[in-house]
Amino acid sequence: MAKEWPLWEVFIRSKQGLNHKHVGSLRAADSQMALENARDVYTRRSEGISIWVVESNSVHANDPADADAYFEPSDTKIYRHPTFYDVPDGVKHM
Amino acid sequence: MKNLSNEELEKRFQEKIDKDIKIEPNDWMPDAYRKSLIRQISQHAHSEVVGMLPEGNWITRAPNLRRKAVLLAKVQDEAGHGLYLYSACETLGANREQTIDDMHEGKAKYSSIFNYPAVTWADMGAVGWLVDGAAIMNQVALCRTSYGPYARAMVKICKEESFHQRQGYEILTTLCRGTPQQKAMAQDALNRFWWPSLMMFGPSDAESPNSEQSIRWKIKRFTNDELRQQFVDASVPQADILGLTIPDNNLKWNEERQHYDFGEINWDEFWQVLEGNGPCNKERINARKAAKENGEWVRNAALAFAEKRALRKTA
Amino acid sequence: MQEALFQYLLRLGDDSLILGQRLAEWCGHGPILEEDIALTNISLDLIGQATSVLHYAGEVEGKGRDGDKLAFLRYENEYVNALLVEQPNGHFGDTLMRQFFFDAFRKPLFERLIHSKDKQLSAIAEKSLKETRYHLKHSSEWVIRLGDGTEESHEKIQASVEQLMRYTAELFYEDAVDEHLQQQGIACSLIEIKNEWDKTVKEVFHEATLKFPDNNWKFEGGRLGRHSEYMGFILSDLQYMQRAYPNMEW
Repeated sequence: MAKEWPLWEVFIRSKQGLNHKHVGSLRAADSQMALENARDVYTRRSEGISIWVVESNSVHANDPADADAYFEPSDTKIYRHPTFYDVPDGVKHM
Repeated sequence: MKNLSNEELEKRFQEKIDKDIKIEPNDWMPDAYRKSLIRQISQHAHSEVVGMLPEGNWITRAPNLRRKAVLLAKVQDEAGHGLYLYSACETLGANREQTIDDMHEGKAKYSSIFNYPAVTWADMGAVGWLVDGAAIMNQVALCRTSYGPYARAMVKICKEESFHQRQGYEILTTLCRGTPQQKAMAQDALNRFWWPSLMMFGPSDAESPNSEQSIRWKIKRFTNDELRQQFVDASVPQADILGLTIPDNNLKWNEERQHYDFGEINWDEFWQVLEGNGPCNKERINARKAAKENGEWVRNAALAFAEKRALRKTA
Repeated sequence: MQEALFQYLLRLGDDSLILGQRLAEWCGHGPILEEDIALTNISLDLIGQATSVLHYAGEVEGKGRDGDKLAFLRYENEYVNALLVEQPNGHFGDTLMRQFFFDAFRKPLFERLIHSKDKQLSAIAEKSLKETRYHLKHSSEWVIRLGDGTEESHEKIQASVEQLMRYTAELFYEDAVDEHLQQQGIACSLIEIKNEWDKTVKEVFHEATLKFPDNNWKFEGGRLGRHSEYMGFILSDLQYMQRAYPNMEW
């Protein structure tokens, strides 16, 4: 089978002040082509003002099987949230 | 967690599904779930891409500049939708080109509706109104499908598709308000596309082998027959407004069911077209194969150039 | 003056219309889905340009013809597009080479037409320039990729150069129409544009390792309504509905 163009993940910033958000993937031979293809595929309706592309094999992810080990420990650290603390009535701007 | 038995994993998986928690690419999933999804999503993607052909035939012949631009934009959207879906399919480890080759070799299906010819301009109206209408009915239901990337692709597609059906209906509205010749052209298109559109929902529930498991896994959210009924109920009043007659003598409102009753689909035709014996099966597959084969040197060149450029950079 | 402007707009509009029509033929047949979308995007831009330019031409003419009437209901010898844009799509390299030659002409043209004393033409040029910049980027990158890609792609696209170069001189064709409008500050000199075109083509060819053909024989006639054999077939498709069902709304 012929060699294929690599897969790229596409991230779009929809407007100034927002984060880039993952929108999908596509195939392209090089980064320039990936950017242009992303423009044509994912911003046909003015969805973006900035595009990032990353080769899919450069994205590393945690193993979902370890999700509890990764994320549950933070569930118990409730003192990181402002609602954990009592403030006397009448205190403003806090 | 890592050493759970398959049985336990499957139980947890089904619990997630039951709680409407989306399944994401790296999550554990039963092999059969993955296979079912790959089959359904790639089939869906192929349908978008093959679906470009009958309408694509009319872009160069569109009757005015506005219609030409709209049709071009619409067919282009279909390529985009194909891509969203291939992209979702690749998250399951299915290689895009491999799934495409499967279609070219007849191992994977696409929607049979595109094996019917688009022979008049009115067909652009009928395809938009009925074929996109039927597809949207299916797709709206799929926005809540259990596999995350598929559901997200569906949401995006539904948002974009809403103009597709409207532009088709607008074409027919214009024809039906036009000359008798134009109205006859519209009626003829409806006559040819009505039954194949009903077939788009697939075999009846009794004949649909994958349906039950797909519903349990929430890959599908409604059965074929449920969606088909919804489509008939929605389309009848739309045909009335156009002043067109749906070609079914058994079509009538059932007060008790609060639905339209309709005639029996010609299932022989359905299975024949599915097996490759429709009016345009060969033409469609040949066109897609030719596109792939004729493009091979282009894809190879781009890859070779990218490699050269990368080498030059490091040198 | 109005007659010259009318002719000038037809040349501009017909180039966009016929090339847009040609590119639309690719829809569904591109070498890869991503490129299918890219080609149809360019086609859409061109059809959009044709719509606004021909609509304006109809106003300038003042005989009640709108953009659609001009696009769909002229006889072949009344279309004044350059021969280059009516050339068949051929393979992907032929299409991209045709596109590159055209984009390299259109970009400097629109850059100058922005300063046209004709406000509407200037506005059309401003919008079209953004689109054309992107088209040129896309087509020149592909010419470079194919030229410097594999041996096979190099040979193929070098053959496209040999075939298409002869139609490029006509892009810079000037006659009384141009002279007249240049004096009014409405149109620009095509000689300057030719210099820029030469420079762009030379740079891209260098990077693409492509050679200029030895034979510099050239064809023209499109601007005067004399077309190739291909044109009749393009119009058969384009005009089919309007000719088969005259005087109807669609």
